[in-house]
Amino acid sequence: MSLNSLIAVSLAYVALLFVVAFAAERAAARGQLRVLRSPLVYTLSLSIYCTAWTFYGAVGSAARSGLEFITIYLGPTLVFVGWWWLLRKIVRVGKSQRVTSIADLISARYGKSNGLAVLVTVLAVVGTTPYISLQLQSVTLSFTVFADGANRDAEAIGLYVAVGLALFTIIFGTRSLDANERHDGIVSAIAVEAVVKLAALLAVGGFVVWGVASGPQDILERVAASPMADWTSSSGRWVGLTMLSAAAIICLPRMFQVMVVEASDERHLAIASWAFPLYLLGMSIFVVPIAVVGLEILPEGSNPDLFVLTIPLALGEDTLAMLAFLGGFSSATSMVIVASVALATMLSNHIVMPLWLATKAEGATVSGDVRYVVLVARRASIAAVLGMGYIYYRLNGGNEALASIGLIAFAGLAQVLPALLGGLFWRGATRIGAAAGISIGFAIWGYTMLLPVFQGTLLPVALFAEGPFEIAWLRPEGLFGINETDPLLSTLILSIGANTIAFCALSLLSFPTPLERWQGAQFINVFDRSTAPRGWKGGTAGAEELLIMAQRILGTEQAQSLFQTEASAQGKSGYLPDPTPDFIETLERELSGSVGTATSHAMVGQLTDGATVSVDDLLAVADEAAQIMEYSARLETQSEELTRTARKLREANTKLTELSIQKDAFLSQVSHELRTPMTSIRAFSEILMIDDLASEERQNYSGIIRDESQRLTRLLDDLLDLSVLENGQVVLNEATLSLHEVLERAVNASSSLTKGKLTIIRDPDREDVSLHTDADRLSQVFINLITNACKYCDAEAPELAIKVRRTKTRVTVDFIDNGGGIPARSRGVIFEKFARLTDHASAGSAGLGLAICREVMGRLGGNIDYLPGQKGAAFRVTLPRAQANAPSVAAQ
Amino acid sequence: MTKTVLLIEDEPNIIVAISFILQRAGWRVQTHSDGANAMEAVARERPDVIVLDVMLPGRSGFDILADIRAQDTEHDVPVLMLTAKGQTKDRARAEALGVTQFMTKPFANQAVLEAVEALVGQKA
Repeated sequence: MSLNSLIAVSLAYVALLFVVAFAAERAAARGQLRVLRSPLVYTLSLSIYCTAWTFYGAVGSAARSGLEFITIYLGPTLVFVGWWWLLRKIVRVGKSQRVTSIADLISARYGKSNGLAVLVTVLAVVGTTPYISLQLQSVTLSFTVFADGANRDAEAIGLYVAVGLALFTIIFGTRSLDANERHDGIVSAIAVEAVVKLAALLAVGGFVVWGVASGPQDILERVAASPMADWTSSSGRWVGLTMLSAAAIICLPRMFQVMVVEASDERHLAIASWAFPLYLLGMSIFVVPIAVVGLEILPEGSNPDLFVLTIPLALGEDTLAMLAFLGGFSSATSMVIVASVALATMLSNHIVMPLWLATKAEGATVSGDVRYVVLVARRASIAAVLGMGYIYYRLNGGNEALASIGLIAFAGLAQVLPALLGGLFWRGATRIGAAAGISIGFAIWGYTMLLPVFQGTLLPVALFAEGPFEIAWLRPEGLFGINETDPLLSTLILSIGANTIAFCALSLLSFPTPLERWQGAQFINVFDRSTAPRGWKGGTAGAEELLIMAQRILGTEQAQSLFQTEASAQGKSGYLPDPTPDFIETLERELSGSVGTATSHAMVGQLTDGATVSVDDLLAVADEAAQIMEYSARLETQSEELTRTARKLREANTKLTELSIQKDAFLSQVSHELRTPMTSIRAFSEILMIDDLASEERQNYSGIIRDESQRLTRLLDDLLDLSVLENGQVVLNEATLSLHEVLERAVNASSSLTKGKLTIIRDPDREDVSLHTDADRLSQVFINLITNACKYCDAEAPELAIKVRRTKTRVTVDFIDNGGGIPARSRGVIFEKFARLTDHASAGSAGLGLAICREVMGRLGGNIDYLPGQKGAAFRVTLPRAQANAPSVAAQ
Repeated sequence: MTKTVLLIEDEPNIIVAISFILQRAGWRVQTHSDGANAMEAVARERPDVIVLDVMLPGRSGFDILADIRAQDTEHDVPVLMLTAKGQTKDRARAEALGVTQFMTKPFANQAVLEAVEALVGQKA
């Protein structure tokens, strides 16, 4: 048979796989999922466990070491039959946490630690790369065997296969972004391949048993005659290898991919638990007959790893050989495809994406191009994984028995097992423990098992013969003087043992973070969470205890009315109700209104079932407590606001009360100031009615009436003026004018009063200041001050000095008389209304003058103050200067 | 014998008016316009009737009334209080202090005269 026709058949087969995968994707897109996501397809997809190593290597192993190969099938069988519940837990956890790979699972359990995910990813890549190269090697090897042993183009074939697989995986493995989504195309293709490889092995086996030999009886006799009958295996090795392959079925990234990530329904596991062992039985049943017949009919020195292929070829069964080739090809490709999808997911999620995000400027991360980046990262990762496999193959190809590299890979990935199982069942497992265990196991495995693989190619042989620095007990294959008769088993025990001890010890010594605790509880109690709706089965609780608790929470009245209502509903009016499940649930609902559902459930649980409170309950209680605290914090803020409002209201009320008192006092004073002149007016008008009054008296009394009337008018004018000023309704007639003019006006206006009584001293030169102000109002202030001096200055020769001073922004006008001044204790009140200080009411004013002056100056943007430290009474009027483009500053 | 009225008042025009009214009716009128040393005037003049203003410089009429009632117990001089404030609480306060009669400004001249004469008549 020519190589060309082999290549043609291979290409046709690959084309078929493409078609199957494409059709499956189309069907999935149309929603036709019944077959695609059936237990059968799920079980067949699990068959990627059987790689080319199993397909070819099992026969080789049987030919070399007897029945030892069975351990590889025994481990998974035991797990699927006996530890079915463990797988179900992993699947449930994986689905509920939406994990994308085994690295993701470990990371999720231990507080979503990316460091741990990176560690597991590196371990998986290091452990799986040789395995992928092994598959490439088996394909090229089978090609060369077909092509009459000529080793031509073997490397090229390996490259073509690697590239082809990369293409297939990229096309069907990264169509959708969601790593958690099922890859229906890939799963369907590997299901087809699973059928092909089983059929091929069964066909070759059948041919060997019934075609070459004459039936099972004959085979058994041949086995007895062959050297296989003499091979024995140590029971320790058997147990070790069985456990190793049992660990592998859980820990291998590709197995995790098909078993957990691609799982569409947890119930499929129930069928797979017997169907998959059956498949393994089919894969293994003819291994011994093929090995025996191969050893018998093929020439000495033939590679037993290729008996499946070489027996039909040697006997001229080209079609069967072709089928066998396709079976091996299927085994290799299906493993490579799924493994690279799994590894690519880990690489892109845990290494490439974090790095990419870290290099991006912070903030701009969640943009639209992230989706594109994820896709590119995953595709590049697939290419990288296959590229590494190919490079490894080029470096190491062909120097190792297939089986040994498979076991080494198993042992490497089994290092994840302690952290995985511990995480699923042990609350105390911590991230530090897991990281330490995996690191130590990884290191020992890498040193003692992986390094020797490179013996003679990358590393000098001397290193392995004499140890590094010629220290014998550091030799990779004899570390610490371990048993050299079975290095695999002893290094396996050493690495897993050290791993487990480190994991447990550091978990006990370290303290889990809250997130780890939470995730741990999620993992360990995954079934409690998703099953068992809460409900009370019925009670041992005394109604009295429930009532006491309810009273404490709801208050006596409400609790008793609740119990009475229930009692009468039960027909037991006047007694305590029976704690029926219904009533307990009602009670729990009532209580939850006060303390929250979780707390209420925990409390009622304590009384009814005597149930201990679980971590979940406590977490839920903590959640509620946090909510309640938040709520109470809100209430606190509200109450603070209320307190503030109340204080403001109190202040406003105090102010109003003060204003009311002021108003009363003001009215009382106004009344007094009005009644006093009116009293005079009335009294003298009555006196004027007397007939026998001297005309001099009459004139005198009439003058009093006139003066008092003027006083009344002035008072009313002042009151109205003050009211207008205080309400801010005053209209200012502002103009730019000279201070001198205003003073002149004021002095002239008051001259009738001051004439002969008061000497006014001025300095006209200094008065030449330009002002922008209301001349009438300003002169009103000046007149007031001049007349005050006139009225109250008690000097013998009263004098009033008017001094003008200016600064850049203001002008001050001081009015200083030579009298006794105002006593210090009274200076605080002189600007208040009705603040008349003199002992004589004769001043003829009501004491509103200075109050008016203060209001006016406020409106003009200046002020008026008493000026202490002068000999007599002194007032200072301050005004803003005109240039300071100061219009009226209408502020108080 | 001529009866003496002590007028304690600070408004000059009102002093003139009341003095005119009472003197015309034959009373001897002494005036005092400062609250601070009003008690000296009371002791000096030993009046038959006191006409007392409330709003006085130095000391209020209420304080002076209280002093009169406290010191001059045997005479029990009648006091006519005249106030321009005229609020009910002032009247109550004056009565509590032992005022004999209370009138608000402005007043009818005849009413003041009658009140003063009635007070003396009461005492006699």
